Amino acid sequence: MIALLLRDLRLATRAGGGFGLGLAFFLLMAVLVPLGVGPEPALLARIAPGILWVGALLACLLSLDRIFALDFEDGSLDLLATAPIPLEGVVAVKALAHWLVTGLPLTLLSPVLAVLLNLPGPGYVWLVLSLALGTPALSLIGAFGAALTVGLKRGGLLLSLLVLPLYVPTLIYGAEAVRRGVDGQGALTALLLLAGITAGAAALLPFAGAAAIRVNLR
Amino acid sequence: MGASVSHDLPHCLRLRRPRSLVGSSGCRMDLTITNLACARGGVTVLEGVSLTLAAGRALVLRGPNGIGKTTLLRTVAGLQPAVSGRISPAPESLTYAAHADGLKAALTVRENLAFWAAVHGQRGVDAALKALNLTELQDRPAQQLSAGQKRRLGLARLLVTGRPVWLLDEPTVSLDAASVALFADVLRGHLAKGGAALIATHVDLGLDRAGVLDLTAFRAQGRRAGGGFDEAFA
Repeated sequence: MIALLLRDLRLATRAGGGFGLGLAFFLLMAVLVPLGVGPEPALLARIAPGILWVGALLACLLSLDRIFALDFEDGSLDLLATAPIPLEGVVAVKALAHWLVTGLPLTLLSPVLAVLLNLPGPGYVWLVLSLALGTPALSLIGAFGAALTVGLKRGGLLLSLLVLPLYVPTLIYGAEAVRRGVDGQGALTALLLLAGITAGAAALLPFAGAAAIRVNLR
Repeated sequence: MGASVSHDLPHCLRLRRPRSLVGSSGCRMDLTITNLACARGGVTVLEGVSLTLAAGRALVLRGPNGIGKTTLLRTVAGLQPAVSGRISPAPESLTYAAHADGLKAALTVRENLAFWAAVHGQRGVDAALKALNLTELQDRPAQQLSAGQKRRLGLARLLVTGRPVWLLDEPTVSLDAASVALFADVLRGHLAKGGAALIATHVDLGLDRAGVLDLTAFRAQGRRAGGGFDEAFA
């Protein structure tokens, strides 16, 4: 399983691996939004939590279809399904690898971009915390969606439609945690709910994803 | 005929000699398929397939295109459920090599092979590279390989799985005559160590102890497979 994780990380960081695509998208969004809505600091400060969370979510979505589609096309998925590692483990490891190359860099980059969006000072801690707790859920839900659509021609559209509604709770609680943090209200409840979503996704979705892959490989 | 092939059930249930540990590729393993029916896209394509493949033997599957050679191999490999029938041993003793080699273009030859060795908890990457004449290419990215070289790398993967029963689907596609001979040597070595191989191929590999099974005799009458997911969504 560690070999699979290392291979996925190596593939993502080599030329053409798609590492940086999500980051570049996140950066573009944070740069373009102030240009689009105007430079008024109070307005930017108010929308910053929502914009940053939506940006992170869409940046995650961008690379989801690569999680299993590439392995399906080159036959690796067949071979992984017959390998001694359980398919549930394969799904979990692939979600982890996806998080390490998208969610984690987004989380680390977010304070820099928050400056561009004039996020008020108290919000930074909550932004990083909420992204760190919430983005693993995005990768796990995405891996499940990718498993459901693997093998479909142009499954990317269907994948987005399937996954977006499942992303909504994460987005709501994530942005809410940052907003409450900015306002000085207790953000702990939203963070706990976010952590709950991630924990639930980590417990259930590798099994659901593996079952979906087994059906799709037939 | 190398492998005993039978259509009737009792003949296949005869006692086999006990298994013993032999060779580097794991334990001796007989492959037994009993009254197997398998389906493609919800339609049963083969039924009543029974065969016993003793350790050290190879069996070549023949039959016209579309008869279900790939379907049979995928079913035996555990990638799709059988409509009915039994397969032993469990998929953990089998390894499947399909039309696609499972290679990553961005990784080097050695990295590709080392990954599959690690997944299967095996060593012997160097020996596998040597066996398929890939040692000189080991640091080259897989995307720079020719089709035949990629195929050789895909076949080298079999050696690092450490599994006794090989299920091969057209293993010689895009190989030149020298590479076919090379692969036949590798296969003979595997069989000599107590391995077994079920091969769908139209090329004569020159194996002296290989049986031939024509799947035409097992063609199903195109019935829909009973129940299951495929039928529900067909």
